[in-house]
Amino acid sequence: MKTFAFEHADTVDGAVRSAAAGARYYAGGTNLLDLMKLGVESPAALVDIGRLDLRAITLTDGGGVSVGAGATNSAVANHPLIRRHYPMLSQAILSGATTQIRNMATVGGNLLQRTRCPYFMDPTFTHCNKRDPGSGCAARQGFNREHALFGASAGCVAVHPSDMAVALSALDARVHVHGPDGSRSVSVDEFFVLPGQSPERDNTLRAAELITGITLPPSTLAEHSWYLKVRDRHSYAFALVSVAAGVELVDGEIVTAALSLGGVAAKPWRVAAAEASLVGGPPTDAAFRTAAEVLTAGAVPLPQNGFKVDLARNSVVRALRSASSSG
Amino acid sequence: MNALHLTVNGTPQALCADVRSTLLDLLREQLGLTGTKKGCDHGLCGACTVTVDGERVLSCLTLAASIDGSAVETIEGAGTALDPVQCAFVRHDGFQCGYCTSGQIASARAVLREFARGDLSAASFDGCRHAVADGPEQLSDEEIRERMAGNLCRCGAYANIVSAIKDAAS
Repeated sequence: MKTFAFEHADTVDGAVRSAAAGARYYAGGTNLLDLMKLGVESPAALVDIGRLDLRAITLTDGGGVSVGAGATNSAVANHPLIRRHYPMLSQAILSGATTQIRNMATVGGNLLQRTRCPYFMDPTFTHCNKRDPGSGCAARQGFNREHALFGASAGCVAVHPSDMAVALSALDARVHVHGPDGSRSVSVDEFFVLPGQSPERDNTLRAAELITGITLPPSTLAEHSWYLKVRDRHSYAFALVSVAAGVELVDGEIVTAALSLGGVAAKPWRVAAAEASLVGGPPTDAAFRTAAEVLTAGAVPLPQNGFKVDLARNSVVRALRSASSSG
Repeated sequence: MNALHLTVNGTPQALCADVRSTLLDLLREQLGLTGTKKGCDHGLCGACTVTVDGERVLSCLTLAASIDGSAVETIEGAGTALDPVQCAFVRHDGFQCGYCTSGQIASARAVLREFARGDLSAASFDGCRHAVADGPEQLSDEEIRERMAGNLCRCGAYANIVSAIKDAAS
């Protein structure tokens, strides 16, 4: 591992100044330190943000919940406000990684984790546009079983691995950042960016911007929501396909619906028309199948991941069944 | 070389380490606490599991400099007497080669603490609804397996590890 300068930040502004001077933010380190060991990342300087006061999980004035970017995955998943009002988020976080990793990893870091595409993760493979712009994409003709169905480009077919992000997407969360030009917030969909011509960018953060927290608007989905993760192993594996599903039922009719797919794109995949197809009708398998068809209509399978299309459709139906019957 | 202070198994330590040192390497190489093992060095196996400030973490993915000032507990612990979890592992033959065992014990102890304070696992959502709000009522086999999912055992002692933890929890 190449050596680096290291300092602890005591304030958000101090951290941003260090980042503006070239330092990379360091929190839990569960992805960044691993990438440094692998030689994928070699920052010249790290600014540790573990001492910043960014761990609070509180009610907001609007009746929602605010989660500090420094809160650990475990703290968020186990927090009474999250368990009661956003159980889908708790379930999504708990389906990722392991307890040890969730105790270290932060909300901000979870959003910023890089893809686990094996070509990206191993510098021995020279053709990776995300790691080395212009070098090509080895996955397109190589191993792509775990790669994207949606939103890919000729330059990159990698997926974003976060489970938490899929639930945040379904829950209409906003990501708050602070940088040299001040504070702003974006939706989860606006935070992530599809590979297009610049797969080296995973998100729309500007230089030196620090994620300070996420806010969740009040939700009517808590009673009937579910996170389903389908993977090769029962635990401790990334999703082949995952589904965050939530419905609001009034007198046996769906009045609100949220559906987001994970494991199939460089960002959580939501299609408004799929959710709209559920509204105004009963929570039946037929309705769920229609929503699944609409949600997966634009799938572009790769040579090895065609199985994910049916898997995604069936998973949507299963997740909506579980969501509708829970509570 | 960077200076850092850690309390390790109750003893304050003033240390000097390369900034790139992981907690795992520092424990084993500088402090001679070789009970914690390096199974994969990439956060995939859990053999390096220790407790930092009361919570179980992976020492191979912990940059030592980032936890300056923290309290670390390793399998060596504060003494040589076996605690109830260790006794249960012996009683139920919860190991073969023993390489993963330090990490298994660290996690098993944590599982009991986490369950006692009402923490959830992914398995908790398959039970009844109030388990999500209040925590599961008991540590089922499914809950134990899920909560121990971060500790691999190549010898395959899993069945006995689960029995040991079930025993220690009762």
